[in-house]
Amino acid sequence: MAESMLTDVAIRSTPRVEKARGFRLFWATVWARAYPRIVGATREMSWLFFETLLPLLSVAAYVFVYKAIGAPEDYIGFVVVGGAMTAFWLNVLWSMASQLYWDKDQGNLELYVLSPGPLTAILLGMAVGGLVMAGVRAVAILVVASLVFKVTYAVGSIPLLLLTFLLTMSALYGMGMMFASIFLASGREAWHLANLLQEPIYLVSGFYFPVKALGFWVATAASIIPLTVGLDAMRQLLFTSDPTLGFLSVEVELGILVVLTVVFISAAYFLLAKLEEIGRREGRLIERRR
Amino acid sequence: MSVTQQFRIEDGTDRYTASSSSNGRGELDVDLAIQTFDLGRIYKIRGPKRKEDPKTIVALEGVNLEIRRGELFGLLGPNGAGKTTLIKILSTLLLPTSGRALVNGLDVATQVKEIRREISMISGGETSGYGLLTVEENLWMFARFYGLESRVARQRIEEMLKIVGLWDRRRMKISDLSTGLRQKMNFIRGFISDPTIVFLDEPTLGLDVQAARDVRAFVQQWLIDHPDRTVLLTTHYMAEADEMCDRLAIIDQGRLLALDTPENLKRRLQREAIFNLQVQPLGKRPSRDEMIEAVPGVRQVTVTERDDHTDLQLILEAEEVLSNVLMHLQKRGSSLLSLEKREPTLEDVFIDLVGRRLDEDTSQRNGGDNG
Repeated sequence: MAESMLTDVAIRSTPRVEKARGFRLFWATVWARAYPRIVGATREMSWLFFETLLPLLSVAAYVFVYKAIGAPEDYIGFVVVGGAMTAFWLNVLWSMASQLYWDKDQGNLELYVLSPGPLTAILLGMAVGGLVMAGVRAVAILVVASLVFKVTYAVGSIPLLLLTFLLTMSALYGMGMMFASIFLASGREAWHLANLLQEPIYLVSGFYFPVKALGFWVATAASIIPLTVGLDAMRQLLFTSDPTLGFLSVEVELGILVVLTVVFISAAYFLLAKLEEIGRREGRLIERRR
Repeated sequence: MSVTQQFRIEDGTDRYTASSSSNGRGELDVDLAIQTFDLGRIYKIRGPKRKEDPKTIVALEGVNLEIRRGELFGLLGPNGAGKTTLIKILSTLLLPTSGRALVNGLDVATQVKEIRREISMISGGETSGYGLLTVEENLWMFARFYGLESRVARQRIEEMLKIVGLWDRRRMKISDLSTGLRQKMNFIRGFISDPTIVFLDEPTLGLDVQAARDVRAFVQQWLIDHPDRTVLLTTHYMAEADEMCDRLAIIDQGRLLALDTPENLKRRLQREAIFNLQVQPLGKRPSRDEMIEAVPGVRQVTVTERDDHTDLQLILEAEEVLSNVLMHLQKRGSSLLSLEKREPTLEDVFIDLVGRRLDEDTSQRNGGDNG
């Protein structure tokens, strides 16, 4: 640039439509992107059958095993809560982590990037919508399974339980936001990555048994998955048999969840910016190939 | 030319203008919507073996353009010519590897957020949106991404759906729409955010005649209603470019070959004689001396083999050359089936400039679908 002449210049134009900026634009984008997920749940009701009944079958299998071996009664409740939480894990894996890759394939990602709405707001919208969608499924599994298997809950502190749940979800969906960029960068491998993560996490996060049973080091390593510590803390707050079956104290597990939330959301923000930069520089990642 | 001046406009953004186009008075030239200065883009494509050096493909080279506010400007070229690459750069999806581009006086490399507030893009064959949502829900979602108030968005959606005749289908899931109706919805999506510059990338690709006509009419009417807005259209349909564009640039293998109004481009060939010939099949590939191009006075020839005959398009320096061409064909054992003399079209201009027809694919030598 040779010269700089900073003067006030008005550009002539026909009347323009008012558009939000900054924070208002951010939230408009979040709610707009959450909308398809929230409203989508009411459009195809077949999910009620597939996503409630099928997890119930897994839960039932563990319940019968525990009954057969005469395990403590709380184990039945552990399995039911774990079964309900699978809804969130599946949602994060298939509807968060894989979503940008599918959006690219469909041509939506290009339009997201082109719009002034921030990409982080798009991802947050996906998370909020996904949370609502998976929440409905989780409640359905929890209610039906609790009635069928006659689970008794002993909640000491409802606010603490809610806080634990919210922190677990923040960290979990933060991880989903981070995975979204990683899966997008990994191209076709995204599908395999999702498959690779689905079943092993059921095991190491202790969806159907107390994670303490895996031993300290394995359970510690598995604590990088927010559901491991979140589920463990919620079980301690929901049933009377703990803390004997708990892995760490609830306070420590809440601390871990706070750290995971900050790390995952920061990483998601950084990776998204990096991804867009690479996309613009190399001419790939963002655009749908026609 | 890369000397630019910087200005700050009333909305607080910094804008630039080229010194040659700032009308000599050191003022921001608000009549220019798009400027490019020696713009270039090179792709590096890696093969399956990571150790191999990447293959370099020049998609754009030394492109200089000035598009005025209010213009419907066309980029005409075959697949792989660099049209889409240019649009991607101007719409901030891609960085140039050399040169500079300004959109509404904003730099595409550094003022990305500001540019995105002012532009939109519609591509042919778009499948964007979510199939579970209805037409109006999808449009509402995209409008919100641009910061439109919910009420304003709904009002504009109603107006525009009525204009394109989709109002009755507003509650239909988009997965149930035909290709033509879906592209009409995409057009509304592109225009609903009230952009000042719209990029249309092969917008009528795959549409039937009526749907293509409807979307062309929509764009033309929008420009009549908003005379200060600008449309940059890429197409490889000659008739579309001829009918719609105020000015056209012909692009091939990443370079601009000509830039003018469609009329002026065609006028370049006014002195030449242009003929369409149908002849008996020419058969085997001739030697260099036997080629029709070897006949003195023949400027360009395109040959299309059909099942039972051969089509020839000839651009001759003068009508008299035709008799020599016919004698040449006779020597090769072919004879004339029909002959038509006609006025020059944009396709003739393209053939004259490039030496081949527009529908001959060059993507293999120029970066495939990166073009």
